[in-house]
Amino acid sequence: MRVYHFSEHPYPDAWDDPHGYLRVDLPNRACDPRRAADLFHRYWDEYLLADELGLDLMFNEHHQTATCMNATSVVSLSVLARQSKRARILILGYPIGHRPDPLRAAEELSTLDVISRGRLDMGFIKGVPYEFAPSNANPVGVMDRFWDAHDFIIKAMTTHDGPFNWESRYFHYRQVNIWPRPWQQPHPPVWSTTASKGNARVLGERGYVMAILGSGYATKALFDAYREGYASTHNGKMPGPDRFAYLALFATAHNETEARRRGELVAGYLRTGANVYAPFKNPPGYLSVEDNVKLMRGMSPMRSFTREGKVVDMRTGSLQDLIDSVLMVCGTPDQCFTQIKDFVEYTGGMGNLLVMAQAGFLDHKDTCDSLTILAKEIMPRLKELNQPGAAEVAAA
Amino acid sequence: MEIGDQGGGVQVTTGVLNSIKVNGTRIEAVERGAGRPLLFLHPGIGLDPAAPVLDRLARHANVLAPIHPGFGGSDQPPAFDTVDDLAYFYLDLLDERDLHDVTLVGVSLGGWIAAEIAIKSTARIARLVLANAVGIKVGDRTTRDVADIFAMPDTEFNERAYADPSLGVRDYKTMPDDAVRTAARNREATARYAWSPYMHDPKLKDRLHRIRVPTLFLWGTADRILSEAYGRAYCAAIPGARFEIIAGAGHFPHIEQPDEFARRIAAFTEGRNA
Repeated sequence: MRVYHFSEHPYPDAWDDPHGYLRVDLPNRACDPRRAADLFHRYWDEYLLADELGLDLMFNEHHQTATCMNATSVVSLSVLARQSKRARILILGYPIGHRPDPLRAAEELSTLDVISRGRLDMGFIKGVPYEFAPSNANPVGVMDRFWDAHDFIIKAMTTHDGPFNWESRYFHYRQVNIWPRPWQQPHPPVWSTTASKGNARVLGERGYVMAILGSGYATKALFDAYREGYASTHNGKMPGPDRFAYLALFATAHNETEARRRGELVAGYLRTGANVYAPFKNPPGYLSVEDNVKLMRGMSPMRSFTREGKVVDMRTGSLQDLIDSVLMVCGTPDQCFTQIKDFVEYTGGMGNLLVMAQAGFLDHKDTCDSLTILAKEIMPRLKELNQPGAAEVAAA
Repeated sequence: MEIGDQGGGVQVTTGVLNSIKVNGTRIEAVERGAGRPLLFLHPGIGLDPAAPVLDRLARHANVLAPIHPGFGGSDQPPAFDTVDDLAYFYLDLLDERDLHDVTLVGVSLGGWIAAEIAIKSTARIARLVLANAVGIKVGDRTTRDVADIFAMPDTEFNERAYADPSLGVRDYKTMPDDAVRTAARNREATARYAWSPYMHDPKLKDRLHRIRVPTLFLWGTADRILSEAYGRAYCAAIPGARFEIIAGAGHFPHIEQPDEFARRIAAFTEGRNA
């Protein structure tokens, strides 16, 4: 099993801003660039420690928000592509559903793959709903635009005999011929995320790595939809655990009280992350008409469950609720191992664990300690679970 | 063109929607009254077939009020994503029906469609009425001419759009499924056509001089989605266009003052022929 360290590069100092919303319209006056610089360097030091400890590295990107300063993830990835020594570097994801220029994306990602000497995992996402206002991409038709951008990027990365032409509904390019071409052949592994069974099936058909973000005991249905899609295009063969990833918040320490103290700090991410002005949360066309009808009728989609089926609200749930619904892995090394083992068994196989081991107000010392315990006391035991990760299979 | 299926339509409260086909695209439409043809183009919030304004207009005209492609129960042609597409679609409708001497009326988004039609051809159009119409860029690059309706809750939208905001209140929890689905489709379709550039075509203003038919602007003065100055600038770009205000109405004068709205249009139509 591969374990990826992840931080959203938060700017938690602004989380209590009286403005009330953390994303999209929080005035950037609340951001002190000196403090931002200190935080970036600190988070990158934690990534470098994770690299030394044998973890892999995951980055994401959000826009106009104090929850995540990585407005252009490629910058952080570039620094770590150069400075890290051995880790896979995963972008999850590049929001090609709303970024304007897939040619630029293909160039950036190929360059990162070359600089890291073939360590890039390339996650593509459509983008979260509240970022269609800042990007001004039309949320109507976003999945069509997503696949058009994806198809273009893959073609740009795999065409080696000179320029090609691209004139699609969404993108128009002439003389496309990217330099450098990617290190990994035919292209870096493709990852994506989804919370819908329809999209999970499509990812399965394509055989891409599917990461589920904090869906707890709603995850297996998504894995099963993926398996169905995968079998339909692979002569009935079932996907291995390497095709699946799951993201949970994470905190550990040698005693339970300390682990839970850290867990509460990390959970600050969930408590604040959805703090968005309501009209930005559901732009027109992002959800299907039928899903919107349900929302308008007052039926909100249930996101997270405990094993017993209890619905957990990630903003208000207790730490124990978050653990029970696998939104968070938290406790002593033994407890964390058991939580991971139980969840992997429940999913029917899962080779990539993504841990948000830094979030919110968790400081540098606690983050480093948590990562060190994870690497030295939990990860060796995960080998017992015999769940190969994506890159291990690719290399085999 | 095909008119209706089995007797022509779906009964919705007191209004009747026919099913019509233009170039293979099936849309719904209200058809009512007799006399000169009047093509009524609805705003982004859609069209209630039972709206009193349709009866009022039908006293003086043969009203054809289509539900735009992608709205309500009308098909969404996969290739349609601009107001230009809608303008050509309605030019095809006028051709297929061989309509002449048409009074073309549009409110808000419908006004934008009407203006895009009129710059292309007025061969079948005798006169144009634009009510609280969007569609052009008036202010400088940091001035938002049209309030960002996708960045406000329904309560704020209603306060900005209506002189009497209670007219915009909907209880989706008790409405029939079809009506909720229509509201959801209308919101999505409005964004499909008007998300960016937001509520305008950067080319339209410089083409408005091509409109050579008598043009009337009707403007609900309580509109806080658009300013009256925006309406007057729009009016000034069309040669000879007249600007009239309607009191007691906001962005949707056809809903808030249907009698006055229809009366002004009838007077405008008759005046031209007097």
